[in-house]
Amino acid sequence: MTTMSTAPAIIPSFDDAETGRKLAIICSKGNLDMAYPGLILANAALGEGVETHLFFTFWGFDIITKSHMAELKFTMLGNTATHLPQGLGGLPGMTAMATHKMKKQIAEIGVPTVPEFLEQIVASGGHLWACRMSADMMHLDEDDLYDAVEGIISAADFIEKTDGAQLLFI
Amino acid sequence: MPVTTIGPIQVHVDAEGFLTDYDEWDERLGTELAAQIGIEMTPAHWQAIRFLRADYPEQGETATLRRVSTLTGIPIKTLFDLFPKKPAKKMAYIAGLPKPRGCV
Repeated sequence: MTTMSTAPAIIPSFDDAETGRKLAIICSKGNLDMAYPGLILANAALGEGVETHLFFTFWGFDIITKSHMAELKFTMLGNTATHLPQGLGGLPGMTAMATHKMKKQIAEIGVPTVPEFLEQIVASGGHLWACRMSADMMHLDEDDLYDAVEGIISAADFIEKTDGAQLLFI
Repeated sequence: MPVTTIGPIQVHVDAEGFLTDYDEWDERLGTELAAQIGIEMTPAHWQAIRFLRADYPEQGETATLRRVSTLTGIPIKTLFDLFPKKPAKKMAYIAGLPKPRGCV
């Protein structure tokens, strides 16, 4: 017992010192199932104290567009991992049904909806950026976008802001 | 299972230092654990930690950050202020629970 009490206490290392680790995530897809990987990884990184930036571009713009963000869809078409005949996916109503089912499964495991997830990411200190070219193509401006988006910036601006970051393209 | 000494108290921990026996914990130990990682406990800290302690036996796993925020009403941002940088892991450590295994 005596020797034990002199041993140093075992304390988790939370690496509180500034590590300078940064993560940049480019979200380029607007399907419901392709929105979540970026959001989940961003949230996980923020929970580990990593500075995190998300850049929404092309179809990924839907994730931060007010009129679409709560209405992202999941389709079986072109996705063999549903293990159902591809022809089924083209039937009327199938996308709506598949979307409804996926949203239910996501909610059942306590994972937030896309707008709530963005809110959590921002509350955790995450940075949201919109792609300038996508905004121009789709004729959208700041008013059309989720309020916490920090700005509409060019690809070059994003690369500059995420100097030294690890990068994920989704 | 390693044994370590936190303040005047001996406890069983895993390789990283998280407590492994739910019943070895009390609030005095919680205060000591917090001090080890540079956190001084306030009533706001205790609100979160007491929730984690009460939730664990019911759920069989440590609450995630989102669960703590949703069920206590403490905003996520406040949890980051109270338990800087790695709130979910720090809360679990102070509460004498395993690290949360949920993704969100």
